[in-house]
Amino acid sequence: MKLPWIIYKHIHNSLMETLVQQLLTDIRFQEGLKACISCGTCTAICPAAQVSDYDPRMLVEMVQTRNEEVLLELLSGDTIWRCGECLSCKTRCPRGNTPGYIIQALRALSIANGFFANSDQGRLQLEIKRSVGEHILKYGYCVHIDEIDTGKYPEQGPVWEWYRENRESILARLGANYNQEGAGTLRKISDRSLEDLQAIFNETGAMERFQQIESGTVKQAKDEK
Amino acid sequence: MKNKNQGWLSYQKEIADDHYYFARSCIRQNFFPASETIFLKILREELCKDIFDDPEQTTCTGIAYHSGIIPLETTMTVVARQFALMTMAGYENFVCSCVTSFGIYTEVLETWKHFPEEEKKTREVLLNATGLEFKIPANLVHTSDIIYKFREQIASKASLRLVNFTDGSPLKIIDHVGCHYAKIFPDKGIGGAEYPYVLAGLIDAWGAEQVDYPERRHCCGFGFRQYLIKENRGYSVTNSKIKFESMAPFHPDLIIANCPGCTFFLDRWQYVISEMENKTYDAEGYGIPVLTYEELAGLVLGYNPWDLGLQLHQVDVEPLLMKLGLTYSQEGKFKGANGEDLGRPVKPQFLKTL
Repeated sequence: MKLPWIIYKHIHNSLMETLVQQLLTDIRFQEGLKACISCGTCTAICPAAQVSDYDPRMLVEMVQTRNEEVLLELLSGDTIWRCGECLSCKTRCPRGNTPGYIIQALRALSIANGFFANSDQGRLQLEIKRSVGEHILKYGYCVHIDEIDTGKYPEQGPVWEWYRENRESILARLGANYNQEGAGTLRKISDRSLEDLQAIFNETGAMERFQQIESGTVKQAKDEK
Repeated sequence: MKNKNQGWLSYQKEIADDHYYFARSCIRQNFFPASETIFLKILREELCKDIFDDPEQTTCTGIAYHSGIIPLETTMTVVARQFALMTMAGYENFVCSCVTSFGIYTEVLETWKHFPEEEKKTREVLLNATGLEFKIPANLVHTSDIIYKFREQIASKASLRLVNFTDGSPLKIIDHVGCHYAKIFPDKGIGGAEYPYVLAGLIDAWGAEQVDYPERRHCCGFGFRQYLIKENRGYSVTNSKIKFESMAPFHPDLIIANCPGCTFFLDRWQYVISEMENKTYDAEGYGIPVLTYEELAGLVLGYNPWDLGLQLHQVDVEPLLMKLGLTYSQEGKFKGANGEDLGRPVKPQFLKTL
């Protein structure tokens, strides 16, 4: 979604730094973009380009202009959310660029400035924050069998349903330590370890990003009402 | 093929010989819950190696990082905490059980090489948040690297070769290595990004035949946020389908995967495609079985397939077991910890099961 220039200028002026300046400080961006020759090898190898109109060559060309308006358009749209971060582009680029790293920097910038909420794909970050993000702090695992049902994940199929219904017995048979203290497969992560994770999330900006995803999405929903 | 194999052998990496600190995988523990137990059993009981399974370790946060919901700084600090646990336990050889994690650990170490100030900052944050300090691992490898290193020793203890029981012909096996094993840092994977040999080496050593098909290096389609968001899963199934369509003309008997996520997708998307299109990628309608490399090693070593957790795959493994001429109890497939019968999963609409 493209914002009217006058609104953008208002937002822009209220920021400490320009978007380009902020982007240049991101080490992922510094590593990801040296000098693109626009050969298109990244697009040829890209799994996202095979299933959507995502085009890493075009994206890098846009970023390389270092134009604030162009950057704002990217940060407010769906394009930057199409990449799957397989990083096949890193292997193949003949000039050592990594469009996937540029995407990481753009996504971080989009969330930090609230632009992600302008796009359908950006707002879907809320779904991941409320699943993977919260599971990490609750269980110490990014995914956990107790949370994975065939309603949200129908592709899991009937064998998974059978396994999940009988998980205590099956996991015991397979030598796991499901939800118990001590070492082993699917053990309960100790309170001390979970406290460490929470402290790290507090200190390193993860909780702040969670809050930005929550508040940006809720604000957009209210505005649309 | 001979020349190509010789070319692959020129790519090598250092893999420590003993005394490992084991970092578990979230996905492997949930979806293939016997695999890591089998890995530890093989190392300790078959190979007589020392490996420490630390209850205090956690997720590496890689999936959250690659989905864009947490900053790099968070992941670097969680990784630093894992290294601190290794340091406290008195180990220096770090082995992780997930390809996403392997990519994450490697990437963090490379980032610290290029940006030493980030390592310094991470050390300060970790100390402040948890009171922990760490040493950089002397050796960092993926669990499949260890199985690869000891593949001939495993072969020497094997109770079967990966050949068709009826005529002795080698099974045709697809290897799927997973993008983050070597595509990010090709020099960190056996065989590099172009000719990864980590699983192909197992296929060669255990009597089977590699399948070299056009989309061999294509992504399974995980795509992190693309799979995690229900609306976006077309990305994931389409990319797996690209691979299935490409491999099917070669009539593979089995797929083995390096990454637990890839194993999951290559198994489950066959079920989904069968439900959507009544299509399977084998001649008989059972689908192509998909195993982790630990599960395959366990089969080669003669372990009971149901103790390996093979009953938890959606694509039925029994046609594979019959090809191998294995004797197994079909009833045992559905038994619980105390021998109780746990009933049967509902049969899929089209994908056949025995």
